[in-house]
Amino acid sequence: MSDKTDITLIINGQSHAIRVESRRTLADAIREDCGQTGTHIGCEHGVCGACTVLVNGEPVRACLMFAQQADGKQIRTVEGLANGDEMHPMQRAFMENHGLQCGFCTPGFLMLAVGVLEREPDISDRDLVDVLSSNLCRCTGYQNIIKAVRAAAVEMRQS
Amino acid sequence: MSAAAKATLVGKSVLRKEDGPLLRGQGKFAADINFPNQLYMRVVRSTYAHGNIVSVDLAPALAIPGVVAAWSFADVSEIPPIDFRLTRLEQLAAYRQTILAKDKVRYVGDPVAVVFAEDPYLAEDAAEHVEVEIEELPVILQADGEIGEFRDGLPTETALIEKGYGDVDGAFAKAHAVVSLSLSIGRHSGVPLETRGAIGRYIAETDMLEMYGAAKVPHWNRDQLAKMFGRTAANTNLFEGHVGGGFGIRGEMYPEDVLVCLAALRLGRPVKWIEDRREHLIAANHSRQQTHHIRAAIDHDGNILAIDNEFFHDQGGYMRTHAATVPDLAAAMLPGPYRIPAYRVLGHIRLTNKTPGGTYRAPGRYESTFVRERLLDAVAAKVGINGVEVRRRNLIATSEMPVTRALETLGTDIVLDSGDYPKLLDKALNGIGWDDLQTQITSRRKAGELVGSGVAMFVEKSGLGPFDDVRINVGTDGLVEVVTGAASVGQGVETVIAQICAEKLGASYDNVSVIHGQTNRIARGLGAFASRVSVMTGEATRQAALKLRDRALAAAAELMQLTADQLDIVDGEIVRLDGGTGPSMTLAEIAKALEPGGNLVGDSEPGLFAEASFESKHMTYPYGVHVAVVSLARDTGGISVERYLVAYDIGKAINPMLVDGQIVGGVAQGIGGALYEEFTYDDRGEPLAVTFADYLMPTAREVPDVEVIISEDAPSPLNPMGLKGAGEGGTNAVGAAIAAAIDDALGQPGAITQLPVSPQRIKALLNSKM
Repeated sequence: MSDKTDITLIINGQSHAIRVESRRTLADAIREDCGQTGTHIGCEHGVCGACTVLVNGEPVRACLMFAQQADGKQIRTVEGLANGDEMHPMQRAFMENHGLQCGFCTPGFLMLAVGVLEREPDISDRDLVDVLSSNLCRCTGYQNIIKAVRAAAVEMRQS
Repeated sequence: MSAAAKATLVGKSVLRKEDGPLLRGQGKFAADINFPNQLYMRVVRSTYAHGNIVSVDLAPALAIPGVVAAWSFADVSEIPPIDFRLTRLEQLAAYRQTILAKDKVRYVGDPVAVVFAEDPYLAEDAAEHVEVEIEELPVILQADGEIGEFRDGLPTETALIEKGYGDVDGAFAKAHAVVSLSLSIGRHSGVPLETRGAIGRYIAETDMLEMYGAAKVPHWNRDQLAKMFGRTAANTNLFEGHVGGGFGIRGEMYPEDVLVCLAALRLGRPVKWIEDRREHLIAANHSRQQTHHIRAAIDHDGNILAIDNEFFHDQGGYMRTHAATVPDLAAAMLPGPYRIPAYRVLGHIRLTNKTPGGTYRAPGRYESTFVRERLLDAVAAKVGINGVEVRRRNLIATSEMPVTRALETLGTDIVLDSGDYPKLLDKALNGIGWDDLQTQITSRRKAGELVGSGVAMFVEKSGLGPFDDVRINVGTDGLVEVVTGAASVGQGVETVIAQICAEKLGASYDNVSVIHGQTNRIARGLGAFASRVSVMTGEATRQAALKLRDRALAAAAELMQLTADQLDIVDGEIVRLDGGTGPSMTLAEIAKALEPGGNLVGDSEPGLFAEASFESKHMTYPYGVHVAVVSLARDTGGISVERYLVAYDIGKAINPMLVDGQIVGGVAQGIGGALYEEFTYDDRGEPLAVTFADYLMPTAREVPDVEVIISEDAPSPLNPMGLKGAGEGGTNAVGAAIAAAIDDALGQPGAITQLPVSPQRIKALLNSKM
C-alpha cells in the first residue's frame, strides 16, 4: 500500500506538488498534504457533504474521490471564495441570514451552493432546496441556509 | 456626544462574532490541530455485543513498520474508570467504564485495544492486525425484560429513581376515570457533524500535560484527567477550539480522551485521534431510549388528580459521565406545565448490550414530554374534549407562580420561577391561525386527504448553577477581553457575552473578544450544558462589566477632575453626561494610567479589570408550545410535516436571531427523533445504523419552514436581566406534537405510542382501519 505517486493538485489557482498513496482521498490530500483545512470531513462515505469542493467547476465529495483522480484538475475550496478581505456574496449572505452555527458543515454548503449557482444562476427555488438537501447540517434546521443561498443567488445574478 | 447615544445591544440581533473565520475556512476544529512529530491513535473495538475476552494479541500489529505502540487492558490497568460528572449515585460506581475493556466486552464498539502509528492510514491498517478472541455471551437488548448480570453478581438494573409527592393512591381511589398508556421513545442521539477528536501533548520541560479538542466541560475534564493520572490541575490544561456541534454528547469525557493523554505522557510525542463516522455512531453517547407505563386519575371534566408512572431507561453497556442524569430529569420534569396534585414515578435504570447513553438536547424531557402530552391527549379523548381544552383546564395559572414542585433534580429543588402558560398557548394558537387551520383541515379531509394538527406544551429548565466566574480586562490598546469558564459548541457564546459586556461597560461590540474553554486562562468553570451559559455566564459578565465601568469612571473622574456621576462610557470613550465638551478620555488611556507604574495605580493591583462570580441555587424554567401540522400519504404511509410553530418564553432574548436559530435547529433534531433517526440492532446486538445511509438525519427537504414566536412575558426573577436559556425548547416537544398531529390525521386517537414513527407503521395503521 505504500507505493506513492507524484501528482499536482491545483487548489484555488495554486499548484501543490505532492506524493500520495493511490488510496489517499482527495479530502485528506487537500487537508493534510496541502494544508487547506477549511474543507471538513464529516462522514467519509459521501453522505454528509461537509467535504464538498469544486473540481473543474463541479461540486464533488472530496472523500469519495482519490487524490490521484484530481491530478492536474482545477480545485476550488472555501479558502478561495473571498477576495482578500472582501467576502464572496455567498459567505456574506450566510453571515447576514444566520446560516451557520457551529460552522462545520458550512464550507461544504458554500461550495455546493456556489458551484450550482455558477452553473445554473436561474435555478428554481424548488430545485435549489433539492440540491441543498444533498448536504447535512445538524445545527440550523436549514431554513436560514436556504434563505442565505436565495439571497446570494439574487446578488450573483446581478453581478 | 450625549448619554442618549449609548448603544443598546442586549435584545438586538447583531451579527455573530464567530462567523468570519468559520466562513473563510479558518476554523480550528479538532482535526485541524497538528503538532510536529505527532502519532496517530486508532482504537480496536469489539465486534461482539457481549462476550468474554479470551485473548488480545498485539504482536501482529506491533510487527508493522511505523507502529510505535499498542496496548490492551493489561497495559492501562492502573487507570481508574471514568467517573461521574452529574447525578452521582454511589451504587452506580461499579458500573463505570474502564478506558479499555478488562475481561468482558459489553457492546459492539467497546474499546478493546489501541494502536499508535506514524500515519493515520497506517494506524488503521495496524488496528486490523490486532487479534482479538472473544467468547460470545447471550445479549440483553430490552431494558424492560429480565434483569441479567453485569459482572461479579451485579444486576443489570443499576438503580431505581423514585420521586413523588401527594396522595397518589387516594387520588386513584376516588377518580372518575383512569387513563393508562404504554409508550416508548427510540434510541437516537445528537450526532454532531464533526466527529469527536482529541490531541494529547506532554511538554517535559515544564511537566505540562495538554489536551486539545476539548469541549463543553473542559475544567471538569481537566480535573478528572489530573486525578486519573495522579497529576495536579495546575500542570494539566485543556483547550477548546472550534467545536462542530455539541448537543449534550460532545465534550463529555470518553475513554479516547484519556488514552491520547496517557499515550502523550508515556510515548513523549503528541498523539492525535480523530473518530470516524462509523465509530461515532457506535461509540459516542446514545440517548433517549425509554419505555413508560403511565396512568392518570381524572375527574369527569378531565382535570388530572394524580399521575403514576413507571419507566425503564435503556442505558446501554455502562454508566457513563452522566450517571443517572437522563432518567432523573425524565422523572423530575414529567409534570410539565400542569397542576398535578399528586405524582409518583419509579424509573428503572437498566444496562443492555448497546452503546452507553448520555444526555442529548432536552435530555429526559423530549422523552417525558412525549409521555405526558400523549397522556393529556388520551385524557381529552376519554372525556370528549379537544386537545387544546384539556390543556387549558390543567395548566398552572399565573397567579400560582412561583410553584414549588416538591421534586428535585441536578441537585436543585424544582421551583417554577415565573410563567404565564395560558397566555403562551393563546399566542401559539393565534400564531398558527388555529381556527382557520381547523377549517382548512376539515375541508381537505372531505377531499380525501389525511391531514391533522397537534399541540404540545412543556416546561424546560435552564441556567444550572452553582456558579460562573468572569474576568474582564481592558488592554492599553482599548481592546476588551472577557475571560469565562464557559464553553462554546457553536451556539454563539462569543456574540451574546460580547453584547452584554459591550452594553454594560460602554465599549464597542467590535472591540470585545470572549475567551472560553481555556483552562489556563481561568481557575474554574462549569462549561456549556443544560442551557446554562446565557444565564450564568451572562449574569456574571453583566456584574463584571458594571464593576469595570465603575473602576474606569472612578479613574477617569480623578484624571478629568470631575466626579464619576458626571460621566458615562460610550463606545469606549468617557463622555460628560451634561454634554459639556473639553478634554475627553478613552478606556485605552485609563488602562494606560492603571498600568504597573502608571500614575493612578497607587496601592491597588495595577490594570483596568474586574472580576465577578454569579451564584445560583435554582434553575430558571422557560416554557413553550409546539404546534404541528402533518399530512400522510395514503399509498406509502409517508409523513410530511407541513407546518410547525414554536412559541417559547425565555424571559429575555439577548439576541433574537440566535434564539430563533436555536429553536429552528432544535426542531429539526426533534423531527429526526420523531420520524427518522433510530439506532437499531439485530438480535445478536449488532448495530444496524452505522452510516449516514442507515442513520437518517433530516435534510433540507424534510424540515419545514418553522414559525417561531419568541415571547418575553415571564422574565426570570432569579437574575436581573430576566434571562432563561433558549437551547432546548425547540427540541423538547417535537415528538409529542407530531404524534398528536398524526393521530389527528389518522382519525385514531392514541394510535401513536412509539417514536420514531415510520411510514410502515402509518401504513399498518391505515390498513387496520379499513
